Order: sequence, then C-alpha cells, then structure tokens
Amino acid sequence: MTVELERTDTIWLDESADVAEVDEVVEPVVERPIVDDPEPPASDPDVPFRPSALGPSDRLEFVLSAVSALAFAWALCLVMDWSAPLTFAIWAIIWFVTGTYVTARARTSKVVAMDRLVTTLIWLSGAFAVGVLGWMIVFVLIEGIGGLVDDLPTSEWVARLGAVTLMVAVAVVVRWRLGRREAAGTGTALTRLLPRVVGAACAVGAMLVILPVVNTEFFTSDIAEVGPLDEGGGIYHALIGTLEQISIATVISVPIAILTAIYLHEIKGRLAVPVRFIVDAMSGLPSIVAGLIVFTVWVNTGRGFSGASAGVALAIIMIPIVTRTAEEILRTIDNGLRESALALGAPQWRSVVQVVLPTARAGLITASILGVARAIGETAPVLLTAFGSAVTNYNPFSAPQSDLPLFIWGLLREPNEAQIARAWSAAVVLLLLVLVLFITARVIGERGARKRTGR
Amino acid sequence: MNAPTPPPPPPYAPPPVPPVVDLTAPAAPPVEPWAEVPHPPPVAPPIAPPVEPWADVPPVAPPPVAPTPAEPWAEVPPVPVVTPPAEAQVDDPTAPSLWAEPAAATEAPEERARVGGIRDDQLPGRLDVHQLSQWFNKRKVLERCSLSMEPGEVTALIGPSGCGKSTFLRALNRMHELVPGAELSGQVLLNGVDIYGVDMSPTEVRLRIGMVFQKPNPFPAMSIADNVLAGLGLSGSKTDDPEGLVEQCLRRAGLWAEVKDRLNESGMSLSGGQQQRLCIARSLAVHPDVLLMDEPCSALDPISTRVIEETIRELCHDITIVIVTHNMQQAQRVSDQCAFFLVETLGEPGRIVENGPTERMFDNPSDPRTLDYVNGRFG
Amino acid sequence: MPDAPAPDGAVLEDVPRPIVQSRTFGDRVFRGISAGAAATCLLIMFTTGVFLTWKAFPAISATGPIDFLTGDTWQPDDEAFGVGGLLVNTIMIAITALVIGVPVALGLALFINEYSPAKMRPLLTGGVDLLAAIPSLIFGMWGLFALSEPLSGVAEWLASHLNAIPIFRLTEPDVALTRSTFIAGFVVAIMITPVITSVSRDVMAQVPRVQCEGALGLGGSRWGMIRDVVLPFGKSGIVGSILLGFGRALGETIAVVLVIDLVFQPNLNILEQGSGSISALIATKFGEAQGLEINGLIAAGLALFIMTLIVNLIARAIVNRSKLAG
Repeated sequence: MTVELERTDTIWLDESADVAEVDEVVEPVVERPIVDDPEPPASDPDVPFRPSALGPSDRLEFVLSAVSALAFAWALCLVMDWSAPLTFAIWAIIWFVTGTYVTARARTSKVVAMDRLVTTLIWLSGAFAVGVLGWMIVFVLIEGIGGLVDDLPTSEWVARLGAVTLMVAVAVVVRWRLGRREAAGTGTALTRLLPRVVGAACAVGAMLVILPVVNTEFFTSDIAEVGPLDEGGGIYHALIGTLEQISIATVISVPIAILTAIYLHEIKGRLAVPVRFIVDAMSGLPSIVAGLIVFTVWVNTGRGFSGASAGVALAIIMIPIVTRTAEEILRTIDNGLRESALALGAPQWRSVVQVVLPTARAGLITASILGVARAIGETAPVLLTAFGSAVTNYNPFSAPQSDLPLFIWGLLREPNEAQIARAWSAAVVLLLLVLVLFITARVIGERGARKRTGR
Repeated sequence: MNAPTPPPPPPYAPPPVPPVVDLTAPAAPPVEPWAEVPHPPPVAPPIAPPVEPWADVPPVAPPPVAPTPAEPWAEVPPVPVVTPPAEAQVDDPTAPSLWAEPAAATEAPEERARVGGIRDDQLPGRLDVHQLSQWFNKRKVLERCSLSMEPGEVTALIGPSGCGKSTFLRALNRMHELVPGAELSGQVLLNGVDIYGVDMSPTEVRLRIGMVFQKPNPFPAMSIADNVLAGLGLSGSKTDDPEGLVEQCLRRAGLWAEVKDRLNESGMSLSGGQQQRLCIARSLAVHPDVLLMDEPCSALDPISTRVIEETIRELCHDITIVIVTHNMQQAQRVSDQCAFFLVETLGEPGRIVENGPTERMFDNPSDPRTLDYVNGRFG
Repeated sequence: MPDAPAPDGAVLEDVPRPIVQSRTFGDRVFRGISAGAAATCLLIMFTTGVFLTWKAFPAISATGPIDFLTGDTWQPDDEAFGVGGLLVNTIMIAITALVIGVPVALGLALFINEYSPAKMRPLLTGGVDLLAAIPSLIFGMWGLFALSEPLSGVAEWLASHLNAIPIFRLTEPDVALTRSTFIAGFVVAIMITPVITSVSRDVMAQVPRVQCEGALGLGGSRWGMIRDVVLPFGKSGIVGSILLGFGRALGETIAVVLVIDLVFQPNLNILEQGSGSISALIATKFGEAQGLEINGLIAAGLALFIMTLIVNLIARAIVNRSKLAG
C-alpha cells in the first residue's frame, strides 16, 4: 500500500514522464490543497447530476481567453489600421488558442494544457466546417430567393415568413411533446394521431402561404426568347433536361451498380478482385473525364450532342457511388440470413432475391438516391455531352439539351446582373433539389436500418 | 387425410422414373418424402408403415405397428401437402436422388414384420458419416470422423471450443461450400446416398437436411407467417394450404399459442427464444429429414432454453436431430447419443474421441478424456 | 473407430475429394447476369483508356510527348499543345487545398468521433455527407461571389506577414490578389474536406474501444489517448484518405474554372492572379475547339486521367489495407 502511494507521488511530480492527469485529480493533489471547502457540498441524492470534464475554473478560463482575444484583436486592428474582418478573426483565434493553453498551463500541468489546446483546436475545426456549410447555404438562399418569388414589400415578407415559421414551430412542438408522452408509454390513439394531423395541416398551411407568391413564370418558361437584359425567362427547359438526363442515368446505372455490388459481395466470383479495383478507380475518376470519354466515343463520332449521352456520362459517375454504398449495405446484412435461406434449400439466386434484397431494400434505395443527388449537380460531364441550349428540347436522343447546372454555368459566364441573378435563383432550385434528395435518402435509410435490426 | 383416423398402410407403389415422390397424388397418405435405400449390414433398414410423423408419442413408449388413434392427433391440423421444388428434382433419372424411394420399399412388409415395428427404423433421415476430414485453406481442422446418426434420435456433439463440432455439423449439409478454400474427404450418407456425390445438388441436400443457427435470425423483411413459409418460396416448393402449414409448423415448434393472434407482425418483434422457435418452425416447413442445430440455445435465457429443449424432445420422434452444444447438462437432457470431439494438442485437427449412448458417455465413458470433460475437469 | 470402413468396404483415403458444384439453372443465369454487370464496369474503364489514348495520339504526336508534358504553350494553330505549366498549377491548387483542408478535415473527424456529444454525432456525420453531396458548381459560385473578397484580404495578410516564405511573395507590389491559386485551393479544400473526413473517421472509428479505455484508464488525457492509440492505429488510413482527397482535388473542374484566370505558365506565387488546371483547360476551351485542338484537349484529359488513376489506386490500396488490418 505504501509502495503504491510513493509510486503515485513520483508520477505526479515527474511531468516529463508524459503521464496524463485529469483536472479533478490534479487540482487537489498538486496545486490546491482542499481548504476552501472542507466539507463536501450536500447534494440531493435524488437529483441526478452529470459528471463533467470541465470544471468551473476551466469555464472561467475559456471565457477569459475569449474576451481577451476579442479585445486584443480589436485593439490590434485599431492600432495597425487593419479593416478586413478576416484579419481580425485570425488574430482573435490565435490569441484565444494561446490563451487557453497558457492559462491551463499556469494552473495545471503540461499534459492537461496540451489536452486543452487540442480540444480547442478540434472544436474550432468542427465549428469552422459547420460554419462554412451554414454560410454557404444561407448565402445561396439569400442571393437566389429573390428571383423565385414575386416582388413583395418587406412587411409582407416578414408576415409570410413569420407565418411559415410559426406553423413549423407548432408542428415540431406538438410532435416533440406528444412523442415524449408516447415514449413514456402514456400514449393514446390521440397522441399518435395528433402529430400527423397537425403536421399535415401545417404543411398545407405553409404551402398556402408560400405558393401564391412563387414566381411561376420562372418554372414554366425557358429563355429562348429572352434577351440578355430582359426581365422574365425561366428554367423550364433546364428542368426538363435534368429530369430526362437523370432518369436515363438512373435507369442505366442503378441496375448495373446493384448487380455489381451483388457480384462483389454475394457471388464473390473470379472477377471480384479486378472489378473492385476498377470500381475504386472509377470512383476517383474526375467528372470531366467521364464527360470526355462519352464525348470521344459517342458525340464526336458524328452522333452529336444529346441528352442521352449526358445521361450515359452521369451514369458513369453514378455507378461507382451506388456500387460502393450498396456493397456497404449488403455487408451490414447478417450472414446468418443468407445461411438460413440456403439451409432451407434455396438456390443462391432465391436467397438473394427473396431474403437479401428485401432486407437491404431501404439501404439500396438510399444508395441510389445519393447517387442521383451527386449526379444531378454535375456540370462538367454534361457540358461535354449535352452542350446546353436555350430552347426546350423534349427529345433526349437528338440535339443539344440544357439542364440545371449547365443553365447556371452558361449564365455565370455572362457579364450582366440580370443573368447572374437568374443563375442564383436556379442555384437555389438545384440546392433545394439536392437537399430534398439527400434528406429523403437519409430518412429512408434510417427507417430501413431500424427495421433490419428489429427496433 | 383428416385426422384423427390413422392413415391406412401406404401403397408402396414403386415410383415412376424419374423417381420423384408425387405427394399431390390423391391416394397418397401424408407422408414425408422419405427415402429408403438398402443399407449395408449390420443395420438393415426395414420398413414399417409410416406413422404420422408429427404424432406426439412419448419417446420411451413407442406405439405398436399400426397405431391406434392417439389423443394428440386430435389437436393436429390437417397436414398440407408440400410439393417438392421443381429445381430440386433431378433431371437425370440415373442420378442419385435424396427424394428417391427405391425398390427396398416394396420388400418392406416382411422386414417390417420381423423387426416388429421399431419406430426408430421406420423413419427417413439416417445420416452416416464415414471418415470425414475437413480442410480450410489446406489446414486440417477435422480428421477421420465417423458417426452414425439414427433416425428419431437426438445426437449431441459435445467438446470444448474450437474442437470442430460446428465444422462437423456444417459439413453435414454442405454449408462449407460458401467458404472459399474449404475441402473435405470422406463421405456423408443420407439414407445411403452420398450428399457430396456427383450430380448431387447442394440445394437439394439442404432441403432434406435443415439447419437452425446459433443466433436466432428470422428474415427481417417478412412477417411471422411469411417467415414460416419462407422455405417454400426459397426452395420453389408449393403448398395448397399455407395457413394450415403455418399452424402445423408453429405447433410443432411450440410457438403457436404465443403468436397465433399476430401472424402478420414482423418476426423481429418476437423475443429471442420465440425467434429461435420461429426459426425451427421455418426449418420444419420444408419437411426436412434431418435437423441440424448449431448451439441453438447459447444466445437464450434459461426459460427459453427449456422451452426449446422440450421442442427438441417433441420433434425427435419424427426427425433426426443433431445438436451442437457447449452445455453438458443440455446434452444430457436432450440427447440419446453423444459424440465427444477433442483437439488433443494445439494445431492438430479435431477428432471424435468417443461416441455412444448418452447415458454411457456420462456415467461410464471408456476414454479417460471423456470422463474428465463430462465431469468438468477441463473445457 | 477412425478406421471404420466405408459402406462399400473400401477404406477412404484421407485426402480432399473433388466436389462437383452443380448449380441450378436459375443460379447460373443469376451469376451470369451479375458477372455481366460487373464486366460492364471493366469495359467502361477499358474503353476510357483505349479511346482516350487513341484520340489523344494525333495531338501528342504533333507536339511530341516531351513537349506535351513539359511545354507551357497552347497554340492550336501551330499544333503546339503543352500542358506542363498546367500540370504544375493543377498540383499547386491540390497541394494548397490539402494544406488548408487536411487539418480541418482531420480535426472534424476527431471532433465527430471523440469530442462531439453523442446525440450530435449522426447529425454531424449527415452534415459531412451533405457537404460532399453539394454540387461543385454551387461551391464555385459561392467561392466566386462570397469568398473572393475576404480571401484576398487573407492573401494580403499572408503576403505582408509571411513574405519570408517564397510562395507567399509577390512579384510586384500591386499585383491583383484575386482569382489566384490560393482562392481556388481554398474552395477545393472545402470540397475535399468531406472526403477526407468520412474516410479517416471510418478508419479511426475502428480503433478497439478497449484500447482507448485502456489508455484513459492509465490516466491518459483525451489528447494523449488520441496521440498514442487512435492516430497510430489509423495512420495508414489517414494517409490514404488524404491521397483520396488529393485525387479529388486534381480532378475538380467547375469550382476551379469559376474562381481562377486560366494561364498556361506555371505560377508558383500562389497568392497572385492567374492559375490553371487541366480540367479547367478542357472546360474552358471545349466550346470553341476545332479539329486537332479537340485531340489536344483529349490528350490533356488523358494526362489527368492517368494522374488521378495512379493517385486514387495508391490511396485505395492504403485505405483497404488499413481497413483489413482493423
């Protein structure tokens, strides 16, 4: 017993030994003997508390570092006469990070201070990534939303947005409160039904508020007759192109991708090693090369630009994405299910078709939707294969065709404000499409995973 | 077909070539598609009239040759006829078939009289393993294991972990073919036919020899009833009475009372023990001759384990059961015959050290290692 | 017992016996269809390689392979196609993207795995995947309209504070600092962050939790645990994920085209206006290309294809090996 205590002491004293300490232990042992508060505070044994790695001193130091960083950066910019906000931010962050390290180092040990430093840096990188994503989405929405709705006075804007927010809030709150009762086991038929009814009512209400002010012309006309400086014009031709090209790409790529995934994971045939190798190579294929190959093989051999060739190029991009995701999904399926099916006397194809695929269905749908979400935003391959057009071309098998990214791309190269504004509005539509596809894929995938594991 | 009257002596008409039992024939009694093949001495396979295989007969008191109406039949629903899958039927008439009912059947009456209706011998599903060795990637894991599994008996495979019990079990229905690098030698004879023989299809073998796995794994995308019927769809068989088959299989697995009101719920909504019995019911639906169980209770609580053990004792009257278990008491409770597997020194393949009737294996084993193991001195 | 004879009396030999795998007709059809689909993937890549090489040949032979890879002129009328400068610029953009993106991506991966509250984890993973799904066109627009100005401020700061480093030096005092390698690199950095994050996060999540708990149980701090257990375990996977990000950065097209001015000369002063990438070349020149210039663009595409193929395959090999080890 004595020996152990002695060992502990040496470890604490020898900081260079790189043995880490935890704040709560360090404080009493090394720096501060317990004098302020000899008796532990009486806590109510019935009230749960959550042990936290951050003590009050840590929090105080974080706040002090942050405040002093802002003050320092402000003073520095004032003195040096710098005006760029990013310069301010860079200095503030440098000061903040240093400050958290120095204060922790002064109070505790090198190891704890290092831990603190890294924690701060990692939180900053997390905040940076979330901030960038949020900034980008908000920026696109602000730039582009103007072209999607009619011109409205600010007061009406506020009123309509307020109404929509209110309805969403009501739906969320009702769902959350009743969901809690449901989870607690005190749910009734009413608590099950009400969230759905309220949700549907709020959705309809929000539609009623928003739809009348939507700029319908933007969605129902093309820009064939619209001059560069004119008002009006829309994305109808691009929507048609996107729809047709994505459908063609999906029809080609999804069966090939899922069958390839089955080949790789269910059959494990002789070609499995080279095919996996090639699928890996395809997934890193630059999208413009996918366009270039279809251009070389198909378009440039006298067949001309067309929506279908864009569909093929997009399919080349989708195949590796869907294959890899589908293979991951197949991998999550318990091998016991396959063995059980075989043990019931099933040939392999029945085991795959009747057991594996139904079990993986939600995951495979998710994989396909994610592939579509990726393909729908690709510009470079479509540029080389469909080329783009200002008129509405319903036939994907001949003549150039536009689609949403291509439409935006074309407008961005033009020098006037009206065209750029149109591009932003189309970008909002594209972003919303991707968001909707992505969220749909996630929801289906989550439900499927829950069903698979039986919860 | 309608119980409670016992079935008439079956018309042992030699089946046409290709030798496929046509169970849909109106006159045919609801027999299992069982096979009998002349077997080498000393165990001649005599034939007795098929008793309703699901008859609930106590194991200690086998019924007479022509069973009189027995009480339990009253509860058993009419048996739906299951047509064997087209895919399992062998095109080549000369090919060996596990479905075959060869000429031996016609000679049966005399033999039957002689044997005096020993119930165990009437049943199909006799498994003989001769000198089975198994390799994985050239590493030998089983060496020259020979074992006979009698119809109507429960054979328990016991032994410490990693001694090859599960490997042996999985070799019995060709499950190792899924593993690249798996090779074997020796023979596994089901009713005298080598299941690894030329032209023998693994799917057909697995249809005759069902398997229940360690972890209960109902198919998540199917309801309880669909799970029971899954084997039919998977093997391409058909039935004229799916509801009846579901009820019959669930009754035999001892699950009917618990799930009869929620047959359309997901199989995943059941408890672990119920799921395992659902898996047993699922295996029974295709009427296998043999049921292999790979530690069926190791993932279950003691109560569910007891229910499953009772189910096993009920089932063994009409089906050959081979069970791998870690639990010595379980082996003692459920099995008629035991085989003790052991890897003597690390890196050696597993061998069968001793096998024999359970009672003898536990009370008076001939090999000292068996004695040590069953008394819990190692393993 | 082990020597009991087989039923036919013969003693069986103890050597593996051949087993005929007789598959049903359905199985053969099923395997055939799947193998056909898998072979389609092989065919696509094979066609890509063969056709690009074939169509690139006239342009490369007109210029000469050495000049093609080292030259920095693009004169279709003189049949002179040199992508050397563009290759340098492409790699400079990718390296800039890595320098900015890798710390953020790895920090984010560690944040999601080790620091974030458990409830936020699925949300954050979803956010990273969403970042990967957002079209590069939108990244490019955002980079062009929202980032250019603040980033030129950063470029100014770097040029004035860190001009000891050669690549941050300016050739002239009042050169334009927009539409530069630095800005393109920053936009591409945000685009490759999700790739690096999701792959390295996957690898690092496979660290056995018992090892982490062991490190913490010995009194290690969280950073100590990450440094001594998580990072060594995930080392090769992290390297692989960075290479994957590098491959993606090399091939990025639209976002780069939007934020740079294409120049054919190598530009090592990354803060200054003027940069380029091969994909940007193709996207920019494609519209008005005629005759041999089309072959030149295909040749440039072939160079890009081979470069990304090599980087990606090395990366995948490393990632797969580290996943197998885990």
